Amino acid sequence: MAGLRLTYDIPSADDDFTRAGEASGSVKKKLRQIGYNPEAIRKVSIAMYEGEINVAIHAGGGEAIVEISSDAVTMKLIDHGPGIADVEKAMQEGWSTAPEAVRNLGFGAGMGLPNMKKYTDSMDIETEVGKGTTITMVVKA
Amino acid sequence: MIVKDIIQILDAEIVYEADMDAEILSACGSDMMSDVLAFVKDQSVLLTGLVNPQVVRTADMMDMHCIVFVRGKNPDQTIIDLAQERNITLLKSKYRMFTACGKLYDAGLRGGCNI
Repeated sequence: MAGLRLTYDIPSADDDFTRAGEASGSVKKKLRQIGYNPEAIRKVSIAMYEGEINVAIHAGGGEAIVEISSDAVTMKLIDHGPGIADVEKAMQEGWSTAPEAVRNLGFGAGMGLPNMKKYTDSMDIETEVGKGTTITMVVKA
Repeated sequence: MIVKDIIQILDAEIVYEADMDAEILSACGSDMMSDVLAFVKDQSVLLTGLVNPQVVRTADMMDMHCIVFVRGKNPDQTIIDLAQERNITLLKSKYRMFTACGKLYDAGLRGGCNI
């Protein structure tokens, strides 16, 4: 399979929370069309959806770059939001900085990053407070 | 159990009809979508009191066939359109979350995990 590269804009939740998840949905559809391994599709869908929600609610939006090859799916989520001050804490289940408004939308349970790690084969977080965050996740086929 | 059976058990109203004969293996009840994404595997119906499009997106990511809005909550057109696009049945039941889950459990449906 020749490599496939997809790019998406992730809107801010403040502008349009309805659209958060569109990119993940589109990636899932694409993987199905090309007949990718169903278990890998599930992992990619969940990890990317959580990541996309995070970018929408915490970072005021950003972009996603997804590369699909026969070996693996690599998802890069890039934002220029506030950055993650304490990555170790952010990785703990149940720890969240999400405001009440976000919790009312069904997110902010402190499961986002742990879920992303759980469903991917590798996850790398580059973050700088005040500058933004880039998360790279790989799911093997 | 199939989607159709849930309508009867929960005295539910159909909001959007997709595959009513889809088999329901297990269920999940939650208002926290991240919890659904964390713990659900092979569950085919989501019961929730949360009413926004992310409920449909979450169900879609988990390959679920059916969403039940409890306590008579009404999904808006955005939610219905998204369900149509993703081929997911939407039901609403007047029962509260605890009772709705209990009724399905009583009918033999389980949570799909050991704990």
